[in-house]
Amino acid sequence: MEALIPLFVAIPLIAAFLIVVFGKLFKGFHRFLAPLTLLILLCMAVFEFTGLGENSIPYAMGGWIGKEGLPLGIYLVLDGFSVLMLCIINLIGLIALFYSLSYIAKYTAENNYYALFCLIIAGMNGVVLSGDLFNLFVFLEVSVISSYALVAFGVGKTELEASFKYQVLGGLASMLILLAIGLIYWQTKTLNIADIRKVFEGGYSASFYLFVQVLLIAGFGLKAAIIPFHAWLPDAHSSAPSPISAMLSGVLIKAVGIYVLIRLFFNMFVFSQEIALVLTTLGAISMVVGSLLAIVQWDLKRLLAYSSISQVGYVVMAMGMGILLLLRGNNEAAAILAIGGALYHMINHAVFKGLLFLNAGSLEHRLDTRNLREMGGLSKAMPITSTTSFMASMSISGLPPFNGFFSKLIIIIAAINGRFYLLATLAVIVSIITLAYFLKFQRYAFYNKAAETATQKIKEVPFPMSFSMIFLAALCLALSLLAIPSVSETILSPAIDALIQPEIYSTTILGL
Amino acid sequence: MSTIVKKVSQLMAGLIFMYGIYIILHGHLTPGGGFAGGAILAGAFILLILAFGSSALKLKKEVSGSSNTESLAILVVVVLALMALLLGSKIFFFNYLPKGEAGALLSAGVIPLYNIFIGIEVAGAILTIFLALVIFKEESSK
Amino acid sequence: MIVYILCFILFLVGLYGVITRRNLIKIAISLSIMEFSIFLILVLIGYIENGLAPIVDASGSAQIYVDPLPQAMVLTAIVIGLATTAMLMAIAIRLYRKYKTFDIREIKNLRG
Repeated sequence: MEALIPLFVAIPLIAAFLIVVFGKLFKGFHRFLAPLTLLILLCMAVFEFTGLGENSIPYAMGGWIGKEGLPLGIYLVLDGFSVLMLCIINLIGLIALFYSLSYIAKYTAENNYYALFCLIIAGMNGVVLSGDLFNLFVFLEVSVISSYALVAFGVGKTELEASFKYQVLGGLASMLILLAIGLIYWQTKTLNIADIRKVFEGGYSASFYLFVQVLLIAGFGLKAAIIPFHAWLPDAHSSAPSPISAMLSGVLIKAVGIYVLIRLFFNMFVFSQEIALVLTTLGAISMVVGSLLAIVQWDLKRLLAYSSISQVGYVVMAMGMGILLLLRGNNEAAAILAIGGALYHMINHAVFKGLLFLNAGSLEHRLDTRNLREMGGLSKAMPITSTTSFMASMSISGLPPFNGFFSKLIIIIAAINGRFYLLATLAVIVSIITLAYFLKFQRYAFYNKAAETATQKIKEVPFPMSFSMIFLAALCLALSLLAIPSVSETILSPAIDALIQPEIYSTTILGL
Repeated sequence: MSTIVKKVSQLMAGLIFMYGIYIILHGHLTPGGGFAGGAILAGAFILLILAFGSSALKLKKEVSGSSNTESLAILVVVVLALMALLLGSKIFFFNYLPKGEAGALLSAGVIPLYNIFIGIEVAGAILTIFLALVIFKEESSK
Repeated sequence: MIVYILCFILFLVGLYGVITRRNLIKIAISLSIMEFSIFLILVLIGYIENGLAPIVDASGSAQIYVDPLPQAMVLTAIVIGLATTAMLMAIAIRLYRKYKTFDIREIKNLRG
């Protein structure tokens, strides 16, 4: 149980380099090893999830156990929130990998694709598991540099330009994060997250605290693509190959952007009113501006990328509301609802945005175009694609009985309970705008009366691609069961408790 | 490049290679270690390529050699770290070989082995990057 | 105190280069300058008055050493910076082959 924790990082690292070395010798080696690795990782993640419960397990690398309450050495921490993120990362990774078994066949250099994919998974697993700041930065860089290479994978003009823009902005963000880590080390003389919290509880200087928090919001906000740091996202996510767009938009901006923001602002920093207001405002602005920019797009994947910005705004806004409610002190039930709604929406967005990008990939695979004006009337020619994309569009717009309805409803109820009436109204309006542009996607792609003869020659996509899409669509329906209180008790409550009561986190590490 | 540059670089490349190996091997006693020593090792090869020009050397065969060296060295590092799970106490990255007395060359457990393989890996990686860029320029200028 | 201000000025020089230069290679070099200024700040944070370099040899210990933890952080960050610069240069060379220029004002296929 405890010995499995470092294997989450070690196994994809070994698989990536085995693919590079042996991929030239045996022909189909990479197509066999990479899905096997991700299947093993998914089984390990589910096993840890069922066995964990309420406690959190720290793992000291190299056996360097701390003395007298001082943590020496590097810790990997597995608690309720981390194990939830691990399950999401490995599940969406396995589905995207299975999809790309037939999608990537038209590019050259397939070996490098699978090796880079395993490296992204290794980096994200490391970010989610790490217990101190600098280790988090190193794994963040591993996954982000692999994603730069994967965005530019099919080396055409638009992919290279999008990757260059992504790299310059991502490099700037990493530098701001490193500066913030240096300043935190200067004040607290330690790098362990639990130990930093103990130092901050003892008192801090207010201007330094605000400066460091703003640097971290800027750095990780650039990685998570909140407004005003969103400029790289439409280019990068629309030019990448479709399974990579699904990974980037569904998992990467959550695992290295939102997960770290939540972990640091709940478990490391003592709550402060101004920063919670900043987070809520940025989330609300992202929600509105993202959806308004998405209506005018005719390029399918750019529309989906702008809608990612909008949905990420929901999650950040709900987190900010949670902190504000906890600071007010008298309404803890609404705070638990807000944080639970944010986590549920994060899980849901990974599933349905992944499914939407895989659908866009199937359309591109058969039609060689992404422009909505050039498609039409495909609902009879590609039945699986059109049914699954209809289910995904209905769930992202928030219609019952799909999962998007329940998560948005929980966020709106929490806003009304906490008397944030403006935010609740904005959430409802943005939901209606989301329905508008997804109906536009459905009509122009599938139900338009275009030239029927032109679309007769188009067949359905091959089996690996259609299986992945059907699996994710079934997951969309199954996740709506999470709204039942007894189910969400077992799945979401360990994560919420780990965030609201940071003493669990601190005492298990420093108690060693 | 002129004859002086070619001759001097031929003489110096061997010395730079030795210096890189010295920095790697004494990584647990003096500053340096795997990263810095690996970069110096790669510098010896890159000096030769720069002095002789890339069209005179057959560089396409070298890329697969350096790339395979790099991947194999990383695999050995991770396997060494995982072997700690099997021998002795079951913790990743544990130092399981006997540690000698402080200050001697053969001491500090498994750390010199890590230094050597990380040095080989960094040298292979930097050489692969350089060769990939040079071969790309050669092909695009034909 | 003045050394931190000088490092910050170096950071601003790099930032100016990223924002105003038009050549792709100059943007990559300015990004590297910004990175190196952050490494300098990190190493300077660990300075203790009258401290020696943190190497323990067989003679005495129990002297004052400077803090070795930021130096270990900077070693790792230098290698990450190398990987970032190598990726940027590879993409820049491929862009040159496609567009026949390094000028970013010509490379504007993606809009909206």
